[in-house]
Amino acid sequence: MINKEEYKGVFIFIEQVEGEVAKVSYELLGKGQELAQELNTQVTAVLLGHKVGNLADKLAKYGADEIVSVDDPALDIYMTEPYAKALAAIVDRFKPDIMLFGATAIGRDLAPRVSARVHTGLTADCTKLEINEEKSIMMTRPAFGGNIMATIACPDHRPQMATVRPGVMEQIPKRSGIVPKVHNVTVENLSASKNVEIIEVIKKISANVDIMDANVLISGGRGLGCPENFALLEELAEVLGGTVSSSRAAVDAGWQPKDRQVGQTGKTVRPNLYIACGISGAIQHLAGMEESEIIVAINKDPSAPIFEVADYGVVGDVCKIVPGLINEISRLREQQKIV
Amino acid sequence: MNVIVCIKQVPDTTEVRLDPVTNTLIRDGVPSIINPDDKAGLEAALAIKDQTGAKVTVISMGPPQAENALREALAMGADEAVLVTDRAFGGADTWATSSTLAAAIAKFDYDLIITGRQAIDGDTAQVGPQIAEHLGIPNISYAEEIKVEEGYIQVKRQYEERYHLIRAELPCLITALAELAEPRYMSPGGIFDACRKAEITVLSRTDLDVDDSNIGLKGSPTRVKRSFTKQAKGKGSVIEKDTLESVNWLIDRLQEKYII
Repeated sequence: MINKEEYKGVFIFIEQVEGEVAKVSYELLGKGQELAQELNTQVTAVLLGHKVGNLADKLAKYGADEIVSVDDPALDIYMTEPYAKALAAIVDRFKPDIMLFGATAIGRDLAPRVSARVHTGLTADCTKLEINEEKSIMMTRPAFGGNIMATIACPDHRPQMATVRPGVMEQIPKRSGIVPKVHNVTVENLSASKNVEIIEVIKKISANVDIMDANVLISGGRGLGCPENFALLEELAEVLGGTVSSSRAAVDAGWQPKDRQVGQTGKTVRPNLYIACGISGAIQHLAGMEESEIIVAINKDPSAPIFEVADYGVVGDVCKIVPGLINEISRLREQQKIV
Repeated sequence: MNVIVCIKQVPDTTEVRLDPVTNTLIRDGVPSIINPDDKAGLEAALAIKDQTGAKVTVISMGPPQAENALREALAMGADEAVLVTDRAFGGADTWATSSTLAAAIAKFDYDLIITGRQAIDGDTAQVGPQIAEHLGIPNISYAEEIKVEEGYIQVKRQYEERYHLIRAELPCLITALAELAEPRYMSPGGIFDACRKAEITVLSRTDLDVDDSNIGLKGSPTRVKRSFTKQAKGKGSVIEKDTLESVNWLIDRLQEKYII
């Protein structure tokens, strides 16, 4: 049995690609601050990469009190083993009480590998993190496609590790004047630990705005009837200054690219306004959008589950109502211009 | 070449219920399938077999009825099937599951191990990379395309905004995305052989070289404290009127909220 008293602090794995920090890392720094206050401890950003020292100030603004950094050419591009080796070394040396990762394509590869190596528990894809009266972290996550929520603890192993869904936690307002303490750590033989070779990095070309960043989302499902009708949603998005997203059904049907998919297997979004057009609202879809500020649903089936979460529901034909909305909003905008 | 595919039997529906006493899932009466990502991984393995004559072994850890998933895999064309089952393995989290599966896999020759990225019941994506860690071999997650060459594998590994084209020396573990391969149907002859003839190797607690502290509920660092069904958000207002009235009503609501 390990001595839990030795493990202290909330450590956040900072995911960066080409020096660009993933938004979820800022969200976790924000959440980390809240957890750290309850535990009367500090938030440490774990920054792995090559020539990434310039990120320290920005991380401090978003909630990092301290930074532990391994700067090494072997960490330039994400590769499982050198990253796992560096992180395991940091766990050994700094003994974090809590360690959080974004539940991203990197976090969901790195965190399991490290948890197996340092022999601790890992809870996947969390949507809620709380400190209980014993000062342990309670990690809540959806399972069975969002049908069930489970609260998970890691009682006897440290660090308590979790990956957290992007878009669920909130960033804190930027802090100023904080100079973080930076620990530069050297881990031996990182280059030699590379056990695969990256032949090529292929960037996906996507002209779309990330739906997770949008304030207004016009989301379409199979109820639109055909892919061409998404053009209506694009028009509505334009007059409302929003972005088009989609249900899984519309992605599976090939009507929309995967990066626009909202839901359990897609992205979690929380825009100010979410307009669900022809989306029935399977629980997997609701899991990805029910935190939206205002939800409008338009669907011809009055028993569609989307109406259970909608603030404003309209039973009717999307292909008639959306053009009506576009006309009316455009007319109002014109009036406002004149005034 | 030996390819091992890990498959999990999962409930076919999202209509699952909880036992109010034990707080565990009631699986009885729910039809079961091979987890979709695992099935894509199995197809990828069978394609390698078609191409190179590789031997494909499927392994599943679970209750005795997981045998049905293994028989389906045999009917699709897998050569051997292994069921890892014992009460002692029950209640395992991903750590204990991966250490049990790693101990089972270690009993066989392997060049390539394929697991699905994640199972539709747990959605953790953890067991694949953790098996690789326990076995001390590299893993490449989120495989969208693979190509096997003499002693090497080349993987198109998916990230949110990019792909990495990765080359690794075997042995190696990859986790398959559903996009990796479209699973074939079972062949009639395959079904016949899988049901009548094929032997399934059963491995229980005593067959595995693994410490008691690393299996089952006792070997699981995580504990489920509570499971519950999500409460629906309070219902808003829903109208059913003609188009013009509906549009005007929505516009009014959005204006009230200062959205337009």
